[in-house]
Amino acid sequence: MTRPFIPALVMLIAAVAAFFLFPYNLAFLTRILIMIVLVLSLDLVLGFAGIATLGQAAMYGAGAYAAGLFAIHVWADPVAGLLIGALAGGALAALSGAVLMRTQGLTLIMLTIAVAQICAEIANQAREVTGGADGMRGIRPGKVLGLWEFDFIGITGYWYALTIAGLVFAALFVIGRSPFGLSLRGIHESPARMEAIGVSVYRRRLAAYTLGGGIAGIAGALSAQITQLVSLEAFSFTLSAEALIMLILGGTGRLYGAVLGTVIFMAVHHTAAANDPFNWLFVIGALVLAVVFFLPSGIAALPTSLKRLAKGGRHAGS
Amino acid sequence: MQGLEVRGLSKHFGGLVVSESIDFDLKPGARKALIGPNGAGKSTFANLVTGILSPSGGAIRFDGEDIAGLDEAQRVKRGIAKTFQITTLFPRLTVRENLRLPVLEREGLGRRMFARADSNRAIEDEVAALIDQFDLGPLADRPVLDLAYGQQRLVEMALSLALKPRVLILDEPAAGVPSSETHLIIEAIERLPHDLAVLVIEHDMDLVFRVATSIVVLVQGRILTEGTPQEIATNAQVRELYLGGAHG
Repeated sequence: MTRPFIPALVMLIAAVAAFFLFPYNLAFLTRILIMIVLVLSLDLVLGFAGIATLGQAAMYGAGAYAAGLFAIHVWADPVAGLLIGALAGGALAALSGAVLMRTQGLTLIMLTIAVAQICAEIANQAREVTGGADGMRGIRPGKVLGLWEFDFIGITGYWYALTIAGLVFAALFVIGRSPFGLSLRGIHESPARMEAIGVSVYRRRLAAYTLGGGIAGIAGALSAQITQLVSLEAFSFTLSAEALIMLILGGTGRLYGAVLGTVIFMAVHHTAAANDPFNWLFVIGALVLAVVFFLPSGIAALPTSLKRLAKGGRHAGS
Repeated sequence: MQGLEVRGLSKHFGGLVVSESIDFDLKPGARKALIGPNGAGKSTFANLVTGILSPSGGAIRFDGEDIAGLDEAQRVKRGIAKTFQITTLFPRLTVRENLRLPVLEREGLGRRMFARADSNRAIEDEVAALIDQFDLGPLADRPVLDLAYGQQRLVEMALSLALKPRVLILDEPAAGVPSSETHLIIEAIERLPHDLAVLVIEHDMDLVFRVATSIVVLVQGRILTEGTPQEIATNAQVRELYLGGAHG
């Protein structure tokens, strides 16, 4: 019964160890944790429910700007800011999803991209509110739970982000095993059959998209609070696409894949870009190709694939 | 009237008439078969009854209630279920998960997020009973895509039965199943609950004559005749249509 928790425990220990092993890279490590939250949200939407999207950054950006504005104009409390970010991301997902979830495939992908681009353009135009292309400055989050102040080394930021990432992971782990999670996998496998057993696939997909939007909003809010800056990059296509690549690297629909893929992508990006700022994308490209060819279920499926290979199974790697 | 009552049902796709003034009854416990040559409109009729298609005219009543305006999901909730002619399962989920889904949804528990899907005792018992009923025990925890085709057809039937329907339409339950395994399908149909109204659409005449007590013959969207297997077997028009034609 306890076995499913072992990988989660290993990841937690690794995260704590990373804090002590790389004390001068806390900003980078925190960035990984924030991306993990975003990629986890994508895993719910795409990995579980099979909703093809290249615009998850829309909800991330909405959460980031909402949390930033809230901290500047209303209340600097970080936890309240996260809730606002989640609400903003969820609201945008619900609103856009009401139309988007009626479409599928290529149409859906194009529309998700469009929504993120529209958001970016609104943020760009509303210069007085958002700071436009200069970004939103002056976010000064208060103490976390009134106890821990954000320090410039990033110690509070790291533990704060780790706690939130852990909570999001735990919540999605529970949801993944729930009837709701099972129904999302059912929709992914066969929407026609789900309709035939009396489920409104549209409404169920909208619920998943909204929930995923809320979590992406939390990731955006975390980023706004910890970096104390929100730029138009938060809505960028690059961010959506990179999140997707991280998820594919790690493996969709299994949560661990989202974590593993993000860590590997960010680590490779970090080291390869430091060594060769112009050609680092080549390394990522080769990595993605290798995974797609040899491990179509992602790196998180490696142990299962090896086990099957050892047994001489037919489906090694799938 | 108890059960399903279809009056003057028609369906046109543009100028193409695929169903024309069909009258059809299916009472609780009935075992009817719908036969006819390819393109006779058998699947169209099934899709009209289950709400996948909307009719161009006519009435569909279930227990006296007009259901023609309801969508597929609403008719499932009323108790009308159909299996798919082309196996439509959740391939990467296990047999048990495949059956858990419809039971959870039927009980209205499908939106729960903070309980384990497999933690409800009553539901697990019901899923286990379905697995037993269709002799799928040894395969219960294998992904459906690992199963042989005949077994997948059984899961197909079990999935629809899991909705506890009062009308079950089996759309070519033996399609694609090797004749050596057809008996599995026939036995599964014979074990369906006695009060369930069953309509079988099928090409396999062995199967039809084994399970049906009444046979409806559909030709070019119209009902040619309806009768007992005995009457149909001796009907000159049907013999012309079937025994004289390509279908043996």
